[in-house]
Amino acid sequence: MNQSKGISKRIGSIQFAYMSPEEKRDLSATKIITPDTYDDDGFPIEMGLMDAHLGVIEPGLRCKTCGGRVDECSGHFGHIELAMPVIHIGYVKEIKKLLRSTCSECGRILLEEEKTTEYLDRMEEMREMGGSPLDIRNLAKEISKDARKKGRCPHCNTDQPKIKLDKPTTFREENTKLTPKEVRARLERIPDNDLWALGINPDVTRPEYMVLKVLLVPPVTVRPSITLESGDRSEDDLTHKLVDILRINQRLRENRDVGSPQLIVEDLWDLLQYHATTYFDNQTSGIPPARHRSGRTLKTLIQRLKGKEGRFRQNLSGKRVNFSARTVISPDPWLSINEVGVPERASRELTVPLKVTPMNLDYAKELIKRGPSPSTEDGEYLPGVNYMIRPDGRRIKVTETNAEAVAEKAEPGFTLERELKDGDIVLFNRQPSLHRMSMMAHEVKVVPGKTFRLNLAVCPPYNADFDGDEMNLHVLQSEEARAEAKVLMRVQEHILSPRFGGPIIGAIQDHISGLFFLTYDNPTFTREEVVSIFSNLETDRFPEPVEEDGNKIWKGKDIFSYFLPDDLNMEFKASICQKCETCDKEECQNDAYVKIEDGQLEHGTIDENAVSAFAGEVVDKIARDYGTDAGRKFIDQITTIALAVITLRGFTTTIEDEEIPDKAENQIESVLTDAENKVRNLIEAYKDGELEELPGRGQKETLEVKVMKELGKARDDAGKIASKHLGLSNNAVVMARTGARASMLNLTQMAGALGQQAIRGERPSRGYEERTLSHFKRKELGAESRGFVRSSYKDGLNPVEYFFHSMGGREGLVDTAVRTARSGYMQRRLINALEDLMVADDGTVRNTADKVIQFDYGEDGIDPMRSKRGDAVNMDDVIREFKKRGE
Amino acid sequence: MGSAEKEEINVLKHGLVPDHRLLSREEEKETLEELDVGKENLPKILKSDPAIKHLEKVHGDINVGRVVEVKRKSRTAGIATAYRLVVKRE
Repeated sequence: MNQSKGISKRIGSIQFAYMSPEEKRDLSATKIITPDTYDDDGFPIEMGLMDAHLGVIEPGLRCKTCGGRVDECSGHFGHIELAMPVIHIGYVKEIKKLLRSTCSECGRILLEEEKTTEYLDRMEEMREMGGSPLDIRNLAKEISKDARKKGRCPHCNTDQPKIKLDKPTTFREENTKLTPKEVRARLERIPDNDLWALGINPDVTRPEYMVLKVLLVPPVTVRPSITLESGDRSEDDLTHKLVDILRINQRLRENRDVGSPQLIVEDLWDLLQYHATTYFDNQTSGIPPARHRSGRTLKTLIQRLKGKEGRFRQNLSGKRVNFSARTVISPDPWLSINEVGVPERASRELTVPLKVTPMNLDYAKELIKRGPSPSTEDGEYLPGVNYMIRPDGRRIKVTETNAEAVAEKAEPGFTLERELKDGDIVLFNRQPSLHRMSMMAHEVKVVPGKTFRLNLAVCPPYNADFDGDEMNLHVLQSEEARAEAKVLMRVQEHILSPRFGGPIIGAIQDHISGLFFLTYDNPTFTREEVVSIFSNLETDRFPEPVEEDGNKIWKGKDIFSYFLPDDLNMEFKASICQKCETCDKEECQNDAYVKIEDGQLEHGTIDENAVSAFAGEVVDKIARDYGTDAGRKFIDQITTIALAVITLRGFTTTIEDEEIPDKAENQIESVLTDAENKVRNLIEAYKDGELEELPGRGQKETLEVKVMKELGKARDDAGKIASKHLGLSNNAVVMARTGARASMLNLTQMAGALGQQAIRGERPSRGYEERTLSHFKRKELGAESRGFVRSSYKDGLNPVEYFFHSMGGREGLVDTAVRTARSGYMQRRLINALEDLMVADDGTVRNTADKVIQFDYGEDGIDPMRSKRGDAVNMDDVIREFKKRGE
Repeated sequence: MGSAEKEEINVLKHGLVPDHRLLSREEEKETLEELDVGKENLPKILKSDPAIKHLEKVHGDINVGRVVEVKRKSRTAGIATAYRLVVKRE
């Protein structure tokens, strides 16, 4: 089945087993008895923890076991003979299970013979049917659970005492302690045949191996000691722990051999158990973690593997890589969305391998001759060569002095590490990488400075801004990788997002304001202005001028139309649309009805709904119907034009933009006062019990709902009064209405009133006894005492208002912090669950075992990236197309 | 309460349970060929599944290895068809 998929080998099975003392001794290169590492001369002590048989960590030395050098010998295990057995902390649960389900006397499983055979038959059947090991393990669990119920052994008729686990490692039987030795003896008594039923394969292992008599000592390569500048040696945490074990082990042996009192021996035994436990897991609950002399907790075996910083997640699932760079990002509107500006420092460090062939030999030699950091006579950047690699793998560093000589030696078959040059394909990434657009392929453009540069239109997919954000860049190293990246990962291939089936790359902020000024009410531009605008583009053509009063002038809508495909037809409402009850369409008073006919913008204003990332209809249609090349060109051009227009006009915002006439301010005052009076009346009614209860709510709840409604309305009314005096001649309003930045709500909060502050969707009510702040009366319910802010941002808040506003603000901060943490973990779990699924070429979703998960991807087989906001086809477009054909 | 007789509920009639239909051997062969899916790669359904038990009332005993067609409502496709292999346990 899988041969066809290029999988050459498949793992048939894996077997896990407890390691026997004999196996450990066989594996061991040396026995370890001395708890010391190095002697006074700095040489490893024989049979010490750094014994030369355990491998080499110092260059120049050879391993005493295999004779290998540092990178040839991966190290060898040693072993410690424990004076008394100790329990392995990782197997405590398993030991408990076995002790409880077997007889304390005869060791048999606590089930009748027939029952055991019955279970074993069932297990055998499962195995024959190819049941998963997980199910077999579950059956074994079930069996031992069944056996645990018995109070008396059915084989030898002994009463079974209750066995308790005193965490972490002490077993008690009716309050008498079971020593590890006794535990081991009991496990030894379990007959092979019963082990099958308990989920252990006796052909491979024995349960008593879970109680350790011999401890494996990992090779020194696993726990290398480091030499500090001062010449002192610093040992690894594992070595420290092993020293502890060895010391106690030795004392325990001595005390036992001279026949010390039982009490002393037992104390030492417990201490050995403690050290053995913390050696495996230093976060065992119930015992204090072992500490370094400095007070730092030791990182032992489990800690090395577990969690985000553990071996799996840190070093195996993800790794540090070469040919990558990271620095601060900054904007560059002169780059195409497909490009990335790479500072010269980084370009000189990052390289692309270049194979020398008979065809490019001369070019290669020329390249090497330039040396490692060449530039033209005008000081412009030229790519050089850092290294030449011979076919035998030897690397020759190219320097200023040896460049000529190295160039002469170049031959076909050599590889050069060429520095980055314009046009190289690289991957560009910003964390957190939440979707595929977080890592896209760009073309290199070497730029001065120290930052990566990117076009502003690609900020949305990366979710980047320039307040100090850093990004990573990876240089692709093979032809295949570059080709694949160019086809699949290029920025222009991601103009449409699979997240919502619309554009995620498009105009933002000033681009939108700029295009608004270009198209709203169709302004006119003089020849000088048009030249100034178009000088930013690589074009020698102009849109057609119109005659007016004998002068040649250009209309804004014609200028925009210049960038539209000739056969584009669209109709939609702009963002500045006032949502009138009856839409006048082409006759719209606000110039908000956009109509494009045969690539000519006939009516309407270009704003958020036309060109923005997320909402832009025109960008969407061009990228979808005219291809990604056209999409890229369109975005590059209109953003450039927009910036030229807004630069020509000038654009700023000030507090004055929130200034409204005194009359309006008085109106707002009275609206707010009215509302407060109404609230007062509502409270009176509530106190008199005359409030008519809303369905499903009590008196108090009804009051709250009504008050919230009243105050909400007051803010909206205040906002409406304010906005009446805030027209499109106001830059702040232009930004809000066109969708460039901020919203009308933000403006009304600046000019009118902030309105009711809410905590968990309700008016603030807690803080002091039955009031929010100490200077209100108890049970006071009025607007002012429950977080209503009648001031505007422009006027400023009084201390009480400021306090309530801070409460609301803090809630927002906490919510976002909690939300990101939660959704991050949720996404991690989803990714781990779905990572081996893929869409097969027949459209089915399958996992790596080729099992069908879904018969048609998404059940409808639609690629969300090519969908129109999730729909397979855009019905409006289809209908318009048919209408046109009918004409 | 308590000892009330257990009424058999036909789960297939429940609004939240998708339509199940047993494929005839011929249909089974056809669909598998059309989908180019090996039987072992189909999603599974237990023989003890209530839906199968009700299908058995109509078709008689349904052997392990038969294929059931499941038609469920889908937000994206309207109605989505899936096929499931009847298996014994686990």
